[in-house]
Amino acid sequence: MPFIPHTPDDVAAMLATIGASSIEDLFDEIPPALKTGKLKDVPEGESEMAVARLMQERAAADGFWSNFIGAGVYEHHIPAAIWQITTRGEFYSAYTPYQAEASQGTLQLIYEYQTMMTRLTGLDASNASLYDGASALAEAVLMAVRAHKGKSRRVLMPKTVHPTYRRVVVTTVKNQGIELVELEYDPATGMTVLPADPGVFAGLVIPQPNFFGVLEDVHAMTDWTHTHGGMAIALVNPTTLAVLEAPGKWGQTGADIACGEGQPLGAPMASGGPYFGFMCCRQDFVRQMPGRIVGRTVDLDGKPGFALTLQAREQHIRRSKATSNICTNQGLVVTAATQYLSLLGPAGLAKVATASHANTQALADKLAAIPGVKRAFASPSFHEVVLQLDDKAADVLRALRAQGILGGYDLSGAYPELGNAILVCATETKTDADLDKYAQQLERILSKRREAPPCAYKG
Amino acid sequence: MLIFDHSRPGRTATAQLPATDGSLDDIPAAFRRKAAPGLPEVSELDVVRHYTRLSQKNFSIDTQFYPLGSCTMKYNPRACNSLAMLPQFLARHPAAPDETGQGFLSCMFELQEMLKDVTGMAGVSMAPMAGAHGEFAGVAMIRAYHDARGDTARREIIVPDAAHGTNPATATMCGYTVKEIPTDATGAVDIEALKAAVGPQTAGLMLTNPSTLGVFEKRIVDILKIVHDAGGLAYYDGANLNAILGYVRPGDMGFDVIHMNLHKTFSTPHGGGGPGAGPVGVSQRLLPFMPIPLVLNDNGFYRLATEADVPQSIGRMSANMGNAGVLMRAYVYARLLGREGMHRVAEYATLNANYLMARLRAAGFELAYPERRASHEFIVTLKKLKDATGVSAMDFAKRLLDYGYHAPTTYFPLLVPECLLIEPTETESRETLDGFVDAMVRIKHEAETNPDLVKGAPYTLPVRRLDDVKAARELDLAYKPAA
Repeated sequence: MPFIPHTPDDVAAMLATIGASSIEDLFDEIPPALKTGKLKDVPEGESEMAVARLMQERAAADGFWSNFIGAGVYEHHIPAAIWQITTRGEFYSAYTPYQAEASQGTLQLIYEYQTMMTRLTGLDASNASLYDGASALAEAVLMAVRAHKGKSRRVLMPKTVHPTYRRVVVTTVKNQGIELVELEYDPATGMTVLPADPGVFAGLVIPQPNFFGVLEDVHAMTDWTHTHGGMAIALVNPTTLAVLEAPGKWGQTGADIACGEGQPLGAPMASGGPYFGFMCCRQDFVRQMPGRIVGRTVDLDGKPGFALTLQAREQHIRRSKATSNICTNQGLVVTAATQYLSLLGPAGLAKVATASHANTQALADKLAAIPGVKRAFASPSFHEVVLQLDDKAADVLRALRAQGILGGYDLSGAYPELGNAILVCATETKTDADLDKYAQQLERILSKRREAPPCAYKG
Repeated sequence: MLIFDHSRPGRTATAQLPATDGSLDDIPAAFRRKAAPGLPEVSELDVVRHYTRLSQKNFSIDTQFYPLGSCTMKYNPRACNSLAMLPQFLARHPAAPDETGQGFLSCMFELQEMLKDVTGMAGVSMAPMAGAHGEFAGVAMIRAYHDARGDTARREIIVPDAAHGTNPATATMCGYTVKEIPTDATGAVDIEALKAAVGPQTAGLMLTNPSTLGVFEKRIVDILKIVHDAGGLAYYDGANLNAILGYVRPGDMGFDVIHMNLHKTFSTPHGGGGPGAGPVGVSQRLLPFMPIPLVLNDNGFYRLATEADVPQSIGRMSANMGNAGVLMRAYVYARLLGREGMHRVAEYATLNANYLMARLRAAGFELAYPERRASHEFIVTLKKLKDATGVSAMDFAKRLLDYGYHAPTTYFPLLVPECLLIEPTETESRETLDGFVDAMVRIKHEAETNPDLVKGAPYTLPVRRLDDVKAARELDLAYKPAA
């Protein structure tokens, strides 16, 4: 049997020690009627060689694509060292570091990660990570409500926040009597419009860049939030923080909480995960923060060491009064991200952000020069851009796909008011030749579709 | 030494820098960063050596026996990792159309169907990213079910006192209040207390079976009938599914909703605290409320279900497809084991637990529930040893580290004093278990003859016992160089 080392002699000797005549006897406390026994939809087990062949065939079927989709998940180069070290058994097969003395590797790594995240965000404290960007935002909303001095349960949510993130927030908070108020954006700029009379609210989510890639006026939004007594919740892309202002420096006094998706820091796109969510906050709110936190302390001999701390916030101590039910951090992905940030350093991360921005702008210029394509917004954007087509977005994307190109994220579902709009991103992994190929194919497809009946290009 | 201590201004791992140059002149200065973030400036070798050395300060399954009760620390087969990390799988963007991911989606669909079979449930959603996330989905579905029927007076979740802390914390997140019920002397749910607790306010019961005390709830059918008769639903916490995998199905016990921890039962890595995966399974009446995405099979074309397919869904739980890569590892594991292999998991996990329990009992250790069979785990209580020598369960656990064994779970469940919750799993050999017994016996002898030795443990690890009080009082959560 796979991964079970027992020989028949072992089994006989062990049963004798127990005083049982068969393994079946060990289940004699289970009512016989419940022992249904046979599984029907699970196939017979196979050798590693056979399963490897199956998986390789399926991987080959999925193939490789020239990808220009971003929308919260970004194709960045991942240094080879990172996952080789991350999948060392000592990281890969370790448990949560509850036994601190036997987990100093993981604990120190998380402390280093927390330090790097506070430096990127310009805030005082970081947790050890949450599930992903969307769930981190949901936890940030809950945290703002807990921490709000006026006990408000309203949180303002711009429509320029990732549409799926907004849905995840609803799923998470809807049973806790929290009201989410949606804020519109200016159709000319793609920037959030602040309401004249917002009433009392616990927090405002401030995405930078927003889902359209557009830069919000984060300074004005932060100050406005504080004027109204709310918490400023920054939702940021960690790569861009190498060159964009840190949330801790927004406005007069800085954002109170920063959160976001950690995937750009060394996690493969992998059809959706595992990634990790990050969360940082000002020192005043650290006891309201969900998730694990590592602190530095000393041992009996006064030697520095690391341990989980502030556990009185957590479910295994506080039970129904905990800040969250979470008892995971995405440890392994954080292990990769910490190495990624170390390998890139401040200059490297800035170079990745700048190159991604430059490639996206170059691509947008090339595409917007094609008849029937224009930029949707006339405001500064970062490393992602919305383009409007004079043809059906889904059909055009399908035609691009036939040429091996994933041309962008179709916005017509979540933002029908933008018409045939797509969100396009070209990271540092794209070459001039990649950009040119996309532009040539798009031009060809649009012009042919104008000349010939579109049905000729279906499928 | 921290990675920051290796940092030197101007040092970079140049092979990692992109060739493309660019300008940020189109970004207004107000939005640009004024001072570079204080990340380490190090070479590639610095990074490789530093983190390799850090890894060596960890205990792990690959290096040590790890009998951590309730955590199912079994061998994580290497093939599961390498086959989930095939380059095409890693390169796929989650928003890429379903047509570009039929290989990936076929694995997801087949895993979903296998999990239905293994649990005996009518539907499975793999959206939740961890056990607690699955619990949230499950209780949210219970609430959606009652709310959809207009049965809104049900506002209470019943939880046994031995439950994991996530159970009451989850109930609170779903807007419910928590009612705890006691456990009787045999480790079973107190049926009379349960009868007294249920009523028109009962939304549901959350139960782990085998329980966190390492014993099977013999009267599970009666328990669920009491809850169902009161109009409540029954939630199965799959933390201990390894004990019954392929042997008894939660759906056959009568549960309405369950979560599984694939990082336990399906051997995906714990990774130093995650990522996990916590799929949920539901009975027929909860099918309309499942979280999305689900994986659908339209005549051989695999696609992710959306809101349009499941209009009453509790909604989305992640920006994408949960922890997809973890699900891929679980799929590979399931294909390697197959149906016979799964059956053997329960058998040998149970054999190992009962063998270890019998040997420790013979060596003079006191069991919390000596009259009961162990499931896949069992509890030793050191109360008498503590009274006699002052050596606590924590001291004992720390001394085990010196002997090269990860400690069992200590002080959980909370109702057994000075407890060690021990789960050997099916992948450990008899010799390993015997070696562990020898260490336990030696430490017991040390406690009886030289208790201070045990109280001062560990001695051979990178650090000695840490000052948790200082850690919480003088918070140092991020490195700040001395001015």
